[in-house]
Amino acid sequence: MVEPATTATTVTTAMVTAAGVDAGAVDVRGAGGVDRGGRGGRGSVTVRERLRPYRAVLASRARSQTSYRTNFALDLLSSLLSAVVELAEVWVIFHATSGLGGLEFRQMLLVFGLADLAFSLADLVFGHCDRLPTYLRAGTFDVFYLRPQPLLAQLVTSELSLRRLARAAVGVAALSAGVVVCDVPWGPGSVLLLVTALLSGCAMFAAMFVWAGGLQFFLLDGREMTNAFVYGGRYAATQPASVWSRPLVVLFGFFFPMAFTGYLPTLALLGLPGPGWLPSWLGWCGPLAAGWTWAMALLCWRWGVRHYQGGGG
Amino acid sequence: MGSMGGSTRAGAGGSEPATDGTDDGTGGADPPAIIDMVGLTRQFGVRDGMRRRRLTAVDGLTVRIGAGEAVGYIGANGAGKSTTIKMLAGILVPTSGTVHTCGLRPVKDRRRLARQIGVVFGQRSQLWWDLPVRDSFRILAAIHALPAAAGRARTGELVEQLEMGEFLATPVRQLSLGQRMRAEIAAALLHRPRLIILDEPTIGLDVLSKQRLREFLIAERAAHGTTLLLTTHDMGDIERLCERVLVIDQGRLAYDGDLPGLAGSAGADRVLVVDLAAPTVDLTAIPAARHLGSEAHGLRQRLAFDAETTTAARVLAAVTGIADVVDFTVEEPDIEDVVRRLYAATRPSPGPPVASVEPVVSGPDAP
Amino acid sequence: MGATVRVYGLLLAAGFRRQATYRLAALSGLVANVTFGLLKVAVLFAAVRAAGGEVGGYDQGQMGTYIWLSQAMLGSVNFWGGSDIAERIKDGQVTVDFLRPLDVQAATITTEVGQALFAFVPRGIPQLLIGTVVVDMTWPGSVAVWVLAVVGLLLAVVISAATVYLVAAVGFWLVETRGVQLVYMVVSGFLAGLFVPIGLFPGWLELLAQATPFPSMLMYPVDMLAGQVDAAGAVGLVAVQVGWLVGVGGLGALLTRAGRRRLEIQGG
Repeated sequence: MVEPATTATTVTTAMVTAAGVDAGAVDVRGAGGVDRGGRGGRGSVTVRERLRPYRAVLASRARSQTSYRTNFALDLLSSLLSAVVELAEVWVIFHATSGLGGLEFRQMLLVFGLADLAFSLADLVFGHCDRLPTYLRAGTFDVFYLRPQPLLAQLVTSELSLRRLARAAVGVAALSAGVVVCDVPWGPGSVLLLVTALLSGCAMFAAMFVWAGGLQFFLLDGREMTNAFVYGGRYAATQPASVWSRPLVVLFGFFFPMAFTGYLPTLALLGLPGPGWLPSWLGWCGPLAAGWTWAMALLCWRWGVRHYQGGGG
Repeated sequence: MGSMGGSTRAGAGGSEPATDGTDDGTGGADPPAIIDMVGLTRQFGVRDGMRRRRLTAVDGLTVRIGAGEAVGYIGANGAGKSTTIKMLAGILVPTSGTVHTCGLRPVKDRRRLARQIGVVFGQRSQLWWDLPVRDSFRILAAIHALPAAAGRARTGELVEQLEMGEFLATPVRQLSLGQRMRAEIAAALLHRPRLIILDEPTIGLDVLSKQRLREFLIAERAAHGTTLLLTTHDMGDIERLCERVLVIDQGRLAYDGDLPGLAGSAGADRVLVVDLAAPTVDLTAIPAARHLGSEAHGLRQRLAFDAETTTAARVLAAVTGIADVVDFTVEEPDIEDVVRRLYAATRPSPGPPVASVEPVVSGPDAP
Repeated sequence: MGATVRVYGLLLAAGFRRQATYRLAALSGLVANVTFGLLKVAVLFAAVRAAGGEVGGYDQGQMGTYIWLSQAMLGSVNFWGGSDIAERIKDGQVTVDFLRPLDVQAATITTEVGQALFAFVPRGIPQLLIGTVVVDMTWPGSVAVWVLAVVGLLLAVVISAATVYLVAAVGFWLVETRGVQLVYMVVSGFLAGLFVPIGLFPGWLELLAQATPFPSMLMYPVDMLAGQVDAAGAVGLVAVQVGWLVGVGGLGALLTRAGRRRLEIQGG
């Protein structure tokens, strides 16, 4: 019997690989990965075995998205366009003035590049977490309880927004341009700083999505409230924090440490002084900020789940 | 009738065998129950305009279901069935009382429990909506950590038994209801759970699909000794699949026993409908029967009788003595009617009525 | 004639009432708008300072007013491009609407405007009150400008509803209007002056924005309300708005008629 699905799968596998997702690691044709860990008891389950269900779901989501080609292309285009517009907003302000908050536009490219790239990557994997109310209303969340995996892990891997990759492209372009145009003192130190900042930034934005998701158990229809801090946070992260008032410094400098995703690392990288409460050496403290944000996010998630279940757990 | 607590096959992943040799199912060293609810209660706070009320969805359920049993769980909409299932699966935390599923605490040991139970929610799908059916099975095999070969074999087995081959490549959202239900049940059975809970699986299905589904479930139970808990409004499902019936009404257990006992204990009447050869005057003088009504000048008459005091045969015999009967049918009491009567009968005291027996054994001894 | 007016009045009221049920959503919207407002204040005030007290024709007071007024209008102006009618056109349910003795375009726009006007109560007005505390709001100098500003506000709301209707009407021909809607979402706010006043745009970009109906949805009424323009300027802005309303509305009517004919031919 001819299997039309196989042809479609082959085509979309190619597209998925092109989009950067490792479809090869996933059993596309059901031949099965070699079962190293076996089922000889919980202790001897390998990491690969552990990840298998998540890879399976993610790969299927990737396939499903790329299979609607026109829509996917449109999504990519619109993501690209919206990131370009956001950069343009920053540029317009700097075009009208000579500098802002002690930075010139070329230095802002670094801030924007780091922050927006980190956000795009986090959005790629975690962006749908605040769409929890949809799952709750449809009852899909209850189905997560029936599977032997953590609830949050299932929520996170239930979707993959491949179109965010286009957005990430803008971040990469801005970051690269900034690195070239500014006189960045090159060396292992600066590379380490950039990598640390990027990874911490991704972690922080990811935590913001999880935090928003956990609150949805309580808010249900109040998604705009968490949007204020998730997308407001993204907006804040691409600003020079030196223009902030004290309350804003507390809110987006420390509580939701958005300043640590792009602005502070840029200051540290370029050796510039920081404003009031945000000295430039904090640019190295991205991991700390990420840890704090994740602790808050997991707490909110736990609260939310307990509320949904009615206690316990 | 219906051996409880007997042998279980260890067909599911990693479950301990529950045999202890006793076949009568009562007393002795109790084999670990698949479902063990003691005083299970769940209340919700409901916002009613400005005030907050406490709504009791499930009230003091005490039920013990042994391995291998097939239990029907019936009750009106909103009576508490879904809430009970959610507590069994670990989705809701009980307000008071305890519940153990497969010997585990559902909320605390949810992930371990998920490997041993399968649940089919009527309204919610556990398949991936926009993917082909086969992909869903593949993903679920990975989720339940089935070795590749075993997963393929099991999937093939289910596909064959449920005749799903024709739509394996179709996206789930394009399936008909019957096809979808078959796929859902296969999905729930993929990892060979010890317990399968079905929430209204045959609703909306045509007669043929229902029958095939029932036959599949019977065969599956016979082969693997899976325990079955079935929520349904369809008495046909109960009659063909279940040996034991639980009736829940407004959160309380109104009956726990077998099906014949159910109608009997509720005191609900069966109805004999006779078609007579010629128009006859109302048959009001039949002993132990109550005349309900006549149609077509007495050509068709309805007589209600209590199954406890007399039989359809006796009433029919009495009628044939008076008039010529051309045809007849016997109508069973409507389940909603039965439940309502049952609850009215038990209103003063909570818990099952005296007519049914302790939870473990099936039905009263009376014929 | 009287009956038609009455019908539209009822539609307006229905749109009004719909919004009343979403209290938490309104509060959330307020929180979001205030947060973004504070962030914008931080950046744009710094821009004003960096440019020596005035940038693009806005001093600090006017900038603060612009920010807060535009945030307050967000609940009533649609910058994301989606609408109920878009769904109905895509799946063909609009044929039912065509059977009714109401003009589909006018009815849709009226309902939307009703919703938008109501949104001023839980979102717009509290936002403005908070604004008076946070920044120094500047207001129009003369009564004439006040009147024209309010007119401009109403026109903005209607133009927004009418333009979103255009996006939906494209669905008569395109199977998937998603692309159009996404582009609308990205571009509309930017060109309407939501993030940065159009006055700050470089010349060519400002011209580009003025060639679209978007500034009429936000920038012009905000400028009038913030006392940026005098009476003569206000008249000019309102005239531009009216022009756009006629244009967008007329195009919408044409598309609706053509779309209806297309549906009839297709037998939808």
